[in-house]
Amino acid sequence: MAALRSAAAFLHGRRGFYLALLLLPPLLWLGIIYLGSLFALLVQSFYAIDEFTARVIPVLTLATYRQLFSHPANLDIILRTVAMAVAVTAAAAVIAFPVANYMARYATPRMKAFFYVGVMLPMWTSYLVKVYAWRLVLAKQGIASWFVDLLGLTPVIDGALATPVIGGPSLASSYIGMFIVFTYMWLPFMILPLVAALERVPGSLVQASADLGARPGQTFRHVVLPLALPGLAAGSIFTFSLTLGDYIIPSVVGAPGYFIGMMVYQQQGTAGNLPLAAAFSVVPIILIAVYLALARRMGAFDAL
Amino acid sequence: MRSSRMRAAWDRASLGQKIAAFAGLAFLHLPVWVIFLYAFTTEDRTYQFPPPGLTLHWFEVAFARADIWAALRLSLGVASVATALALLLGTLAAFALARSRFRGRELITLLFVLPIALPGIITGIALLSAFRLGGVQPGFWTIVVGHATFCIVIVHNNVIARLRRIPPSWVEASMDLGADGWQTFRYVLLPQIATALLAGGMLAFALSFDEIIVTLFTAGHEKTLPIWFFNELFRPRERPITNVVAVTVVLITLVPILLAYRLTRPNEPEDRH
Repeated sequence: MAALRSAAAFLHGRRGFYLALLLLPPLLWLGIIYLGSLFALLVQSFYAIDEFTARVIPVLTLATYRQLFSHPANLDIILRTVAMAVAVTAAAAVIAFPVANYMARYATPRMKAFFYVGVMLPMWTSYLVKVYAWRLVLAKQGIASWFVDLLGLTPVIDGALATPVIGGPSLASSYIGMFIVFTYMWLPFMILPLVAALERVPGSLVQASADLGARPGQTFRHVVLPLALPGLAAGSIFTFSLTLGDYIIPSVVGAPGYFIGMMVYQQQGTAGNLPLAAAFSVVPIILIAVYLALARRMGAFDAL
Repeated sequence: MRSSRMRAAWDRASLGQKIAAFAGLAFLHLPVWVIFLYAFTTEDRTYQFPPPGLTLHWFEVAFARADIWAALRLSLGVASVATALALLLGTLAAFALARSRFRGRELITLLFVLPIALPGIITGIALLSAFRLGGVQPGFWTIVVGHATFCIVIVHNNVIARLRRIPPSWVEASMDLGADGWQTFRYVLLPQIATALLAGGMLAFALSFDEIIVTLFTAGHEKTLPIWFFNELFRPRERPITNVVAVTVVLITLVPILLAYRLTRPNEPEDRH
């Protein structure tokens, strides 16, 4: 008995040693390179550039943050980005729900597998190529206008494009077009967690609701939707955070207004103001942290 | 279909639900197919649809371009090195974290999702900040470092999911029968995780090959294929060639992804009715 115990203790001790040995290299990589970089980002955001020489002065200061929050244009950029992220999240939820609901509750196994591949393939297709494809689709003589024309809906689109804030000269250079592309891009990230959540809704509950006289709409509102909420929250984390951080889509498809990501990219590049870029990129980190805290309350992490 | 007569009304999708589901799927697929169509169009100025004619000419032109080949070689090189690093580090982490319990484990797990949980732009600007502070010149290796960081997470996720499905009793049985740690790894665990490693590696490769958001920050003057492509988006003079490259990129990334999907696909989902 004693021998057994000491053997177990020995193994246990060695196990800890093995674990440390295994964990050390990846931990060093992520700990030093990734966390270290995040720390460097934070440090950079507390630096400022000299107005005349355009060099970064390595002295900690709040000047860059003051510059960020005192310019109304910068606040506009943040608000515009958040509004787009919210709109995209809502649209993705509305489009994803029927797809996920069908996959989780009605589809035969074979049909479900078909849908899975059907959702995964576009999700994994080259990001840049998809953005480019939308530019082709939304272009002046492209498929979208051809299709709209076919349906005889051209006046509707023209009317939408004439709307002050969201409109523009064409779909490819308006917030409407940008919104469509964003929604398209992140849709699979909403569908997959939703399917996982809806699969866990017991059929018996839906049946009981129907037996007790609820109409399908009532069952949906009072039984299915509340139970699917963690999935919606999980999906929305992706759609929200991906929209906040993107800078390719707003610069390829879209209106002249700036987004947070574009600001970060431009400030570090052509403008040469790395501290301001760093400070700008701290904004989405904080927004995402707030959003994660909210999502956690809705049980999003159980549905990932 | 099957046993549909026995299904109650609540258990069947209405026509509207079906249409909405298939419309959603069609929405996801439309743009991808458009790319394939436009690579063959004879129209080289506008994005006219339907294309006035079809030709293979642009493939010939694109294949003769040295700058495209250079970008392709760089992308393949970066993806290979980043994948190799990720396979090593991601697998080590998965073995350490699969079944262990220790203090601080939650924090380490969080560290292993952070690079894909935060938007890529954060990784990009953070790495750039660090390179600037450390005086590192951007180039091949800075691209690799950026890519490996999120590729590690992909490999780790794939391998850890598989390790958790292997019954611990197998390892115990192997040890009881006299195998040492290495033999157990080589003959019991490795065959079990081989496909997960392969799948994780291929996903990592495809992600790295296609990456643009982080790369634009870490590449300096180097031009990976996505960067070449990104520049073309703002210089629309060479549209037909851009179309051909787009098709090539889709094919190069899609093949490993489909293979990875086949390798990790769970058994057919059971019928719940």
